[in-house]
Amino acid sequence: MSTLPLETAAHPEQLRRVVIEPLSRVEGHGKVTLLLDEDGHVEQARLHIVEFRAFEKFIQGRPYWEVPVMVQRLCGICPVSHHLAACKALDQVVGATTLTPTAEKIRRLMHYGQILQSHALHFFHLSSPDLLFGFGSDVARRNIVGVAAAYPDIARQGVLLRKYGQEVVRHTAGKRIHGTGSVPGGVNKSLTAAERDELQKDIYQMIAWSRDAVRLVRKLFEQDLATYRSFGTFEARTLSLVRADGAMDLYHGGLRAQGADGGMIFDHVDYGHYWEQISEEVKAWSYMKFPYLRALGHENGWYRVGPLTRVTRCDFIPTPLADRERREFMAFDDGRAALSTLGFHWARMIEMLHAAEAIKDLLHDGDLLGTDLMTDGKRQARGVGVIEAPRGTLIHHYRVDENDQVVRANLIVSTTHNNQAMNVAIREVARQYLDGRTLTEGLLNHIEVAVRAFDPCLSCATHAVGRMPLAVELLDADGSVADSMTCR
Amino acid sequence: MNQRPSFLLDGAEVPFEPGQTVMQAALAAGRYIPHLCYHPEFTPHGSCKLCTARVNGRLMAACTTPAGIATEVESETEELNDLRRTLVQMLFAEGNHFCPSCEKSGNCVLQALGYDLGVMTAGFRHLFPDRPVDASHPEILLDFNRCILCELCVRAAREVDGKHVFSLAGRGLGKHLIVNAESGRLVDTDVKVTDKAVEVCPVGVILRKRVGFATPIGARRYDQSPISAQALADAPRPLERNHD
Repeated sequence: MSTLPLETAAHPEQLRRVVIEPLSRVEGHGKVTLLLDEDGHVEQARLHIVEFRAFEKFIQGRPYWEVPVMVQRLCGICPVSHHLAACKALDQVVGATTLTPTAEKIRRLMHYGQILQSHALHFFHLSSPDLLFGFGSDVARRNIVGVAAAYPDIARQGVLLRKYGQEVVRHTAGKRIHGTGSVPGGVNKSLTAAERDELQKDIYQMIAWSRDAVRLVRKLFEQDLATYRSFGTFEARTLSLVRADGAMDLYHGGLRAQGADGGMIFDHVDYGHYWEQISEEVKAWSYMKFPYLRALGHENGWYRVGPLTRVTRCDFIPTPLADRERREFMAFDDGRAALSTLGFHWARMIEMLHAAEAIKDLLHDGDLLGTDLMTDGKRQARGVGVIEAPRGTLIHHYRVDENDQVVRANLIVSTTHNNQAMNVAIREVARQYLDGRTLTEGLLNHIEVAVRAFDPCLSCATHAVGRMPLAVELLDADGSVADSMTCR
Repeated sequence: MNQRPSFLLDGAEVPFEPGQTVMQAALAAGRYIPHLCYHPEFTPHGSCKLCTARVNGRLMAACTTPAGIATEVESETEELNDLRRTLVQMLFAEGNHFCPSCEKSGNCVLQALGYDLGVMTAGFRHLFPDRPVDASHPEILLDFNRCILCELCVRAAREVDGKHVFSLAGRGLGKHLIVNAESGRLVDTDVKVTDKAVEVCPVGVILRKRVGFATPIGARRYDQSPISAQALADAPRPLERNHD
């Protein structure tokens, strides 16, 4: 049995069970269960991922060149991440150890376009209602429609930022969602001058709006510093890619892991042998595995990935505006904002600004119009591709036989890395806000606010369409429903 | 004065040459009849039934019906297009057609027909047959999941390549594509990657390996124009002749 605080109650049969299902305004389907004693004290809190996917199994036997297009169907929000991570792995299989400049830059442009649209979607559409109206505010307006009514300029900017990112993806991948632009060994198209000119037209506006978004989060912190500093905050080890010179690089780099105190656990590790550093634990109550650093073991080796890790653990951001914002973030509140769970939002907007700046730089690079798109080399049987997806480090690992068929696949997606960290965050919030109190929808939303900070993609949510109502049931110890509440 | 023989297709006069089928005459005259297993380079086969038209009041395959027996032909009717949509739905349901990750997407005749005919739903419960891929050949992949039993590969191998590489075996739902080798594997046949049979597959069964998604979205065959327009553009045109 786990000894992690609040993970497993000693005598669950005596406790009341509260279920938050489904979690709303997150990608995919999950639920949170709380076990409370008769005085309302939280004895157990768990984030459960209730979907079962089988991508690693059903791509076995498929030709390797089909994989980057197939596996991106894991997700409707960040398909480019899976598309590119798979291609990076299969580049190695076809022996393309170094891509042509045009191919690498087109892929980077595609990736930054996705970072921009995904971060805009998460902040403006999914999280800003909590942050602008309050975590326990009227649920009827705590949504993007409410934001559009109360803050029309902010909502409009969010929509247009996302649209711009989607257009970058369309011009590089062929479609806004689930394109085919990246192929093992390179890309299947570059930009035309007309496409480049179209994207150049609006990029400076996108940079300005991204900067405004960073400032907006800072203002939110300033308005309620005590809450933002402590809400669901915990100490965590971290994992991310960094460039050889320590810079943030969302497309490629070596693995860096640090302790909660910033001490280096490992740095610039070749991800081609990631399994020597990372392993995964299975727990009976969740379909999602729990990765951990091998050196520290499964109880103590869990870590956090994503924007907050990347922004605070890189040595610098290689675009000037984003790096200036990073330094301000790191210094704010004597460095405590950079440790807070809600600091995810601030870091995410800094990354969005970085993505916009990087897109601007690429759009002024002549290689984007090049025609040398493909390369290859000595065939390999195995390939590992790692990329920093919007939600964190993403690992794709394939083995391909001599007939070109995939015989084994292992994917460790960003949200999986954050599994334990999210569980710790909700336990912290449960302890801070719910313990011993009468539960209301607003209080339970605090749990969801903590989950949303990580921007989890619970299924890598391909088919999460339609309304996702929040249904809360209060069950007696014998399992019968004592009270229920449904918010649509 | 020599008067060319003709028939009426949906009320419009379509002239024909002796020996032509209804399909050949219609395409030559710039009139499209939906079809799948018909290919102008091979002997008409009449198996897919997509080209079914009402010829002199009877339902007949336009690709195998001699133009000489036709007086009045109906094709563009709601009744016939409903039947065609149903046939396309059945073909999708019988195999494993995962267009979102299929490299033939955008170049696939079945998919293009589905779009052109306005197939909006699956219509039938998918059978999800278990059809392993044959990747044994170093240059050619056989993905049986997508086979619609049109026999274009069988005809191309026989009539153009002069080989007997492919055939259909079994009956009814058990009917399936096989290759001419004791082992049952493509690598043990005399197929060559340059064979006509390899290029003619209308769906994604017979594929050149390692090509995949080389053609970007927007440049694929049916990104340019619908299959009905392309069939007419590709159709052999009649020689100009002096009618006097």
